[in-house]
Amino acid sequence: MLRLDKLVKTYRTGDQALKSVEIEVPIGQVVALIGPSGAGKSTLIRCINRLVEPSGGKVWLDDVELTALSSGALRRARRRMGMIFQEYALVERLTVMENVLSGRLGYVGFWRSLLRRFPQKDVDEAFRLLDRVGLLAMADKRADELSGGQRQRVGIARALIQNPALLLVDEPTASLDPKTSRQIMRLICELCAERGLAAIINIHDVALAQMFVQRVIGLKAGEIAFDGPPDALTPEVLTRIYGEEDWQATIKTDETAEEAVA
Amino acid sequence: MPVREIAGAKVWRRRTTGEAMLRWVGWLIGVAIFVWCWQQISASTTWFFVWDAPRIAGDIIDRATPPRWSYMEKLWWPIWDTINIATLGTLIALVLAVPVAFLAARNTTPSTWIIRPVALFIIVASRSINSLIWALLLIAIIGPGVFAGILAIAIRSVGFCAKLLYEAIEEIDETQVEAITATGASRWQVMVYGIVPQIMPAFAGISVFRWDINIRESTVLGLVGAGGIGLQLSGSLNTLAWPQVSLILLVILLAVVISEWVSAKVRGAII
Amino acid sequence: MSGVSTELETLLGTRWKKPPLIKLSWLRWLLILGGAVYLVLAIASVEVNWSRVYEGLDRGGAFIMSFTRPDFLSRGGDIWNGLVESVVITVAASVVGILISIPIGLGAARNIAPLPVYLVCRAIVAVSRALQEIIVAILLVAIFGFGPLAGFLTLSFATIGFLSKLLAEDIEAMDRVQAEAIRATGARWTQWINYGVQPQVMPRLIGLSMYRLDINFRESAILGLVGAGGIGATLNTAFDRYEFDTAAAILLVIIGIVMALEYLSGVIRARVR
Repeated sequence: MLRLDKLVKTYRTGDQALKSVEIEVPIGQVVALIGPSGAGKSTLIRCINRLVEPSGGKVWLDDVELTALSSGALRRARRRMGMIFQEYALVERLTVMENVLSGRLGYVGFWRSLLRRFPQKDVDEAFRLLDRVGLLAMADKRADELSGGQRQRVGIARALIQNPALLLVDEPTASLDPKTSRQIMRLICELCAERGLAAIINIHDVALAQMFVQRVIGLKAGEIAFDGPPDALTPEVLTRIYGEEDWQATIKTDETAEEAVA
Repeated sequence: MPVREIAGAKVWRRRTTGEAMLRWVGWLIGVAIFVWCWQQISASTTWFFVWDAPRIAGDIIDRATPPRWSYMEKLWWPIWDTINIATLGTLIALVLAVPVAFLAARNTTPSTWIIRPVALFIIVASRSINSLIWALLLIAIIGPGVFAGILAIAIRSVGFCAKLLYEAIEEIDETQVEAITATGASRWQVMVYGIVPQIMPAFAGISVFRWDINIRESTVLGLVGAGGIGLQLSGSLNTLAWPQVSLILLVILLAVVISEWVSAKVRGAII
Repeated sequence: MSGVSTELETLLGTRWKKPPLIKLSWLRWLLILGGAVYLVLAIASVEVNWSRVYEGLDRGGAFIMSFTRPDFLSRGGDIWNGLVESVVITVAASVVGILISIPIGLGAARNIAPLPVYLVCRAIVAVSRALQEIIVAILLVAIFGFGPLAGFLTLSFATIGFLSKLLAEDIEAMDRVQAEAIRATGARWTQWINYGVQPQVMPRLIGLSMYRLDINFRESAILGLVGAGGIGATLNTAFDRYEFDTAAAILLVIIGIVMALEYLSGVIRARVR
């Protein structure tokens, strides 16, 4: 469904963030993208919806070549790609409801969005999603009144109300405590399964990634260093991606902790 | 660390000899400039009047007290005009300042090479020139009156408001803008949802702050004929009606104090 | 989380509106209505002589056009003299104003000055800030006669109010620990100010002084309107005679100098930080 074809990104400073990356993601598959800081994970995700303009290569979503779109067509294509951010990136001075509804901006005209007159169908969907992420009571609170985990749930609702085919998730748990991190990861993966969404999730926490996803891609210095199922992540593989370290403790799937959380 | 040998002992100095010399020369030039300036002023001053000043000041105070309270009834209308000049002028300025600020801010300007310098020039030009001079100019163009005062205040305030506002725009959190862009929102929607909520507190603060300053400035615009209470002040000064002058000055003082209080309260409530 | 919660069911199908900024609806409407009524009354009370404005448009256009061909020469002598006088007033007033505002600023800081001194200094600051430059200038011209002395005194006085207040606020906000450390060494009051307070507030004082120099120059341009010296008189004459080319030249010079001063103060502030 999503296909990256020899994707290259060179920043103006000369840093080559991505060197000819090729990835294909089928419908409904959740992929974790791991790798050291500066490996190009964030750049890769932003090149897909062109928040960062790729310098070379192609990105295909189904049969649409995203990299060739004009700005109007790109906006329509972006509606099909929900994005979830590390620092939540909610508009802090707007209410929770406005933040969720802002996911519909690509579908709604300028004046309607200015006057907050969203179609009833969108409003209902926003209520349903807020209920699904457990924040219905918070609908009229301002976003900066929420805790980190709650904000990320709003961020998820905002991405889902776009009715996307693909989720781009950038470090969803980096600012959260371990327990909330698991809850958020579980929520994202459950929702992807419910709706048959594909997702690319940037994540630092290798153990957390292994716990929830079907496929892991390791990125190192802008190149793919590993691509396979989570079980195949051996210490050797991790050394290849991150460098020398004692990896045993990281890989061990911690069943007891998982149960304690649930 | 500069250390100097004096009589075989090492002595710590704050600066090296060269640095110290340079400093002294700098100070010397500074003092020389000041002395020269003072001579210029002194040369074009009639010192006889200055020695006479205490007596004249006493004389003026003597004549100005007590204020002529009964003149107050003629001041209500000019006070109303003064408030209108400040308020309407501020409103017009805000309407004009918003687009200028968006064109001047590095992260929202459509073009860094052409439009941004133009916007910055508008800001500097508006800020460099006092509202009294703008009033003079407008009176020469559209004739004396309240309207000229409103426009003078508006033109003078555009630069001030736009400068503070564009600095606020440059300081916004870009990830929030990124998030709205990623939903497929149009350029204008990104502005309304991603940028405007973030600069709203700054905008409100700037408005009230400038309104406070404008109340001050509009009280004296009448001196050049642009309406408001300054007109009465000018008239009273020309006829040497000192009791009226002192009353008007008291009113102006009160207006300044009240507007500063209001502005501080409102800003406190916003932030 | 199976099934639809009752809370959700009641909300589905209902309209959603952004919660209003002011929760009390009567207060909200009172403010909206009050604002609208004020605006209508205010606008209605402004008398505009539209035919005069219409006639003026030509002159306005002529003025804007004159910026493309400013006339620096035909009144070059007047412009030059006015400008020099403005600069002289600005420099002298800034120097004197800054020198006086340092002791007053120290006195107006509650954490280093005794109460009686504090009250006196605060009173000076309040008076200086409440009176606009132009009014002070009028009074000083009446007392000292026409000429740059009145302008110099006006700007010095205004500088004191501005700088003392900001300096005092800065001292009140400074790091207590650093100052206490110096005091703990047994330093005298003057030494304490010199070593404990001065290093902390000096960069900002320099920045503020530069900013005030800039303001003083701008203000010096209007002092001439009331006979207190500077380029304002020349400008006033130019407007009175509709010599827009000369007026444009003067305004451009002012804008140019203000821009230069802003640039200079930016450089200096960056260096002292």
